[in-house]
Amino acid sequence: MKTLDSFDNHIEFKGPARTWSLIFIAIGVVGIAYGFLSGTNTERTFANLLLMGYYFTCVCICGIFFCAVQYVAQAGWSASVIRIPQAIARILPYAATILFIIICAGLFVTHTGVNEEGKKTVMPYLYKLWALDGVATKGTPNYDSVIAAKAGYLNIKFFLARIIFYLVSYSVLGWLLVKYSNNEDELGGMHNYNKSFKISVLFLLIFGFTVPLFAFDTIMSIDAHWFSTMFGWYNFAALWVSGLSTITLVIILLKQKGHLEWITTDHLHNFGQLIFGFSIFWTYLWFSQFLLTWYANLPEEAAYFYKRWEPEFKPWFWLNIVINFVTPLFVLMSRDSKRMMKVLKVVCIILICGHWLDYWQMIMPGAVGSQSDWFMEIGPIEISIFLGFVGLFIAAVLTSLSRFKSLAPVNHPFLQESLHHHI
Amino acid sequence: MSKTKYILGLFADPDEMMHGIDKLQQNSIPIYDVYTPMPIHGIDHKLGLKDSRLGYAAFMFGCLGGSTIFSMAYYMLVRDWPMDIGGKPSFAIPDFVPITFEWTVLFTAFGMVATFFYATHLFPGRAPRVMELRATDDRFVIAIDAKGNVPHEDITKILKDAGAVEVKHNDRKYVSYE
Repeated sequence: MKTLDSFDNHIEFKGPARTWSLIFIAIGVVGIAYGFLSGTNTERTFANLLLMGYYFTCVCICGIFFCAVQYVAQAGWSASVIRIPQAIARILPYAATILFIIICAGLFVTHTGVNEEGKKTVMPYLYKLWALDGVATKGTPNYDSVIAAKAGYLNIKFFLARIIFYLVSYSVLGWLLVKYSNNEDELGGMHNYNKSFKISVLFLLIFGFTVPLFAFDTIMSIDAHWFSTMFGWYNFAALWVSGLSTITLVIILLKQKGHLEWITTDHLHNFGQLIFGFSIFWTYLWFSQFLLTWYANLPEEAAYFYKRWEPEFKPWFWLNIVINFVTPLFVLMSRDSKRMMKVLKVVCIILICGHWLDYWQMIMPGAVGSQSDWFMEIGPIEISIFLGFVGLFIAAVLTSLSRFKSLAPVNHPFLQESLHHHI
Repeated sequence: MSKTKYILGLFADPDEMMHGIDKLQQNSIPIYDVYTPMPIHGIDHKLGLKDSRLGYAAFMFGCLGGSTIFSMAYYMLVRDWPMDIGGKPSFAIPDFVPITFEWTVLFTAFGMVATFFYATHLFPGRAPRVMELRATDDRFVIAIDAKGNVPHEDITKILKDAGAVEVKHNDRKYVSYE
């Protein structure tokens, strides 16, 4: 095997990638403007912004999680690919800011709408079940006994404090991981690797306890009357699969442009295995949540799935499980398909869209409700906002990557092991 | 005509054994098999071994397990003795999923073990066939079929030059029968 000594492979954010990302961002801006200005679609636009803000943040968190898992496991194979998740991790502060602005706007911009009981009331565009005035005060028209019982936890101040805590702690720890890795490039030695290990342990500890709460707060509280203890881990599985697919797709696209020549089929094979395995894990959690609810058939639990079995949502509900389970199961099962870059690329794109659909069907039935027909559920607003965030992601990741001096951590203690990785 | 059936080159070090394989291949001497106490990275590729087909067996056993239990559950719960459980339909597919999954895993696991035993002639209660006992301990062994091969002294010399600590000319293929 040829030994690489030079990692001077540098990425500039220019050319077609820049053009396309700007086009996508423009499409997204037009979509948002259309959504807000067309009159009846404001709530739907807010829900879509929340969806993509959450998705974007989750992918960035997954970048940190990937790095942290590799450091804590002292994994060797991933040393030469670690710059890609690091680049994604580094844009978390921006993604988190966008998500936070969307959440605040959704909470504090109000309109007069019709609530679940058919009464007219002033409600916010997001979290309309619990972020109302007087929802926990007995005697007021907005009083809701279920929400009142949860109000000790689910109130706007504590909610925002928690969101800030999650996002700031993840961002700081992710920033530290990238900083130590850059210092390692400059100085060499084991000092920075050991510090990265400690920070990774701390991150996993905080992440493990707070990621279910993060999902509960941002997504599950849309359907605030309902709860599921599986929901947090179900969202974690979606985060991990969609994040892995994104990391793999970025690597494949960069490889196809002639960068990252040291990343071999064997590294991609590992990513394929992770995507395959965690798609099964996602299905396992999806099904565990579904089976218990279906079997017990308690009204307060079944309400969630009842909404998703309305004719407007049912086709998407089943499409979700087909895309995210059946596709990776049959396409990625054999060893050869994990080693074929083009197959893996297609699977990654399918899974990224698939988990968009997954998040979509967690949010839309509760936040917006049904449209006139099932095929009207996904329209120009959904697609343009998705594309807008894709463009934003491309621009952010490529800018972030171009800030690295080299695309491999040259003084990483496991770099040689990774370069000779063979399975 | 010598009675030697197999020539074994015993190496004390895996790198020297890999070197020995190179030397034999450079001299176009076909290698019968290689026995090592631990997995050696990249040796399959070097010996030109085909990929294991155990995965196909596993897949077939998985399909067998899944279809067996699904039809069994269908017969028991839908055809033979339908019961009203919580008002659910008798043919409640979501309920069948966990057991179908479990049996798929069970059949795959046991089927793979059985296939492995079958392919390697390992059966409980039977002494395994071994060409060199120390290959399970501290020797890395290259076995060469002696029949029709170039003069045995040449092979011995090649193995010795490559670093073999011992070269055996065995009249029997296996040293351990029952």
